[in-house]
Amino acid sequence: MRDVAVVAFTQAKSVRAERDLNETEILIPVIHDIKRGAGLETKDIDFVCSGSSDYLAGQSFAFVSGLDAIGAWPPVSESHVEMDGAWALYEAWVKIQTGHADTALVYGFGKPSMGDLSRTLALQLDPYCVVPLWPDAVSVAALQARLCLEGGVLSEREMAEVAVRDRGKGKSNPYAQVTGDFDVDALLAEPTFVSPLRRHDCSPISDGASAMIIAAGDRARDLAERPAWIRGLEHIVEPQDLGIRDLTTSRSTQIAADRAAVGKDKIDVAEVCGPFTHQSILVERALGLGESVDVNPSGGALSAHPLMAAGLTRIGEASKRIWDGSADRAVAHATSGPCLQQNLVCVLEGA
Amino acid sequence: MSESEERKPVEVLRTPVVLDYTYSAGQSSSRHLRAFGKGKLLGQRCPVDGRVYFPSRGSCPQHGVPIEGEPVELPDRGTIVTYSVNRVPSENIDLELPYAAIQVLLDGADTILFHVLGESSIDDVHMGMRVEAVWKPEEEWDDSVANIRYFRPTGEPDTPFDQYKEHI
Ligand SMILES: [Zn+2]
Repeated sequence: MRDVAVVAFTQAKSVRAERDLNETEILIPVIHDIKRGAGLETKDIDFVCSGSSDYLAGQSFAFVSGLDAIGAWPPVSESHVEMDGAWALYEAWVKIQTGHADTALVYGFGKPSMGDLSRTLALQLDPYCVVPLWPDAVSVAALQARLCLEGGVLSEREMAEVAVRDRGKGKSNPYAQVTGDFDVDALLAEPTFVSPLRRHDCSPISDGASAMIIAAGDRARDLAERPAWIRGLEHIVEPQDLGIRDLTTSRSTQIAADRAAVGKDKIDVAEVCGPFTHQSILVERALGLGESVDVNPSGGALSAHPLMAAGLTRIGEASKRIWDGSADRAVAHATSGPCLQQNLVCVLEGA
Repeated sequence: MSESEERKPVEVLRTPVVLDYTYSAGQSSSRHLRAFGKGKLLGQRCPVDGRVYFPSRGSCPQHGVPIEGEPVELPDRGTIVTYSVNRVPSENIDLELPYAAIQVLLDGADTILFHVLGESSIDDVHMGMRVEAVWKPEEEWDDSVANIRYFRPTGEPDTPFDQYKEHI
């Protein structure tokens, strides 16, 4: 295996609805800043890979206009995944492993405010027997939360504690969207939103983007003082039918964490992508995080959830803790699909 | 129900999908479209090599840099750099068939504008032909490229190929 590291990361500030800028315009300063910060031009980057969803944009091939932010003339080696940018990172990492690239630019972007996100996400479900009923995304997550609560897997208090923890930490993140000091008892006194979920259990809808540069071996050492080496990277998927899966645990996260050898050594920092508080708890357990781990120093997905970028942002935020020396070993997680259907786990190390 | 009917696959399932979007053209395209509404053609200049993009999308797709700064106002005349004769009706274009779909390089621009040719026989259309915009009456203007009804020949001498070959 080639040594590959995260050497640069940039993101846009997440906002509920970006009215002035289109998706490409959200991306332009992010891509410009990351290239300028790393001292790279497009010609210095061997491979470009992005993650976004045409369903969010309401246009077929909407991602192609994102290339205007890159500068794709003369032509560049490029690929796209209709997934979170974390999976674009996976593809870029594989490309570097094959020896076809030494450097890659990875980005994810989404502007869900253009449509009705909760409804758009219904289209991820079984097209024959589920989509005709149009279950909205929050209701689907609420069914999972009910299973967890009634099954004694977790409590509403634990869920509220996640919201208090993440949104409190998010106060120091200038790119976050919903942050502040909250009180668990006060949150639990709030009415339910989609029972048993309360407002604080749900991540915000965010327009945003993030970008990352990864590089192999000496190229990474040239580009960063202390590269965040990718020591484990795995993604595992579960079936689409919600009735087949055990929704009170995250088996795919467990398997990915095992294969990425999360438990091999002490973890200092974890960045978890939990679109809902109960999902964050399930993922944290599946990763096997101990008490001493600093979970979501960025505020996590509950503070900002730019769909298609939020997972990549978790990996970028974990990398920042390696670069500044506050962590020697970090784990980052990304998720895709309803009820944690697909999960990606990335282990980063400073040495 | 006979056995053969039971084995027949369901071939049609109606699941109407209606998703509403509130689309934003973005800052750069909005400025460009609003200019059409005032009868103006606005391009933008790449800060790296000075190429003038019309329309502009907010970045130079060649250099991957944001395009900021003052827009460049362009004249509503230019040169046909390529064309095609269209014999298929379109509900958006009220020209008699056949007509020529053209790509116009506006004077001073470095990228091409898609439009249609009017007031000309399709036997006359050719690369290098000089054309000018024919606008709709002002009271019909919208924030749209369709404010220009079509381009028509100016009768000026052709632009030599060498002068526009970089732009085709
Ligand atoms: Zn340029």
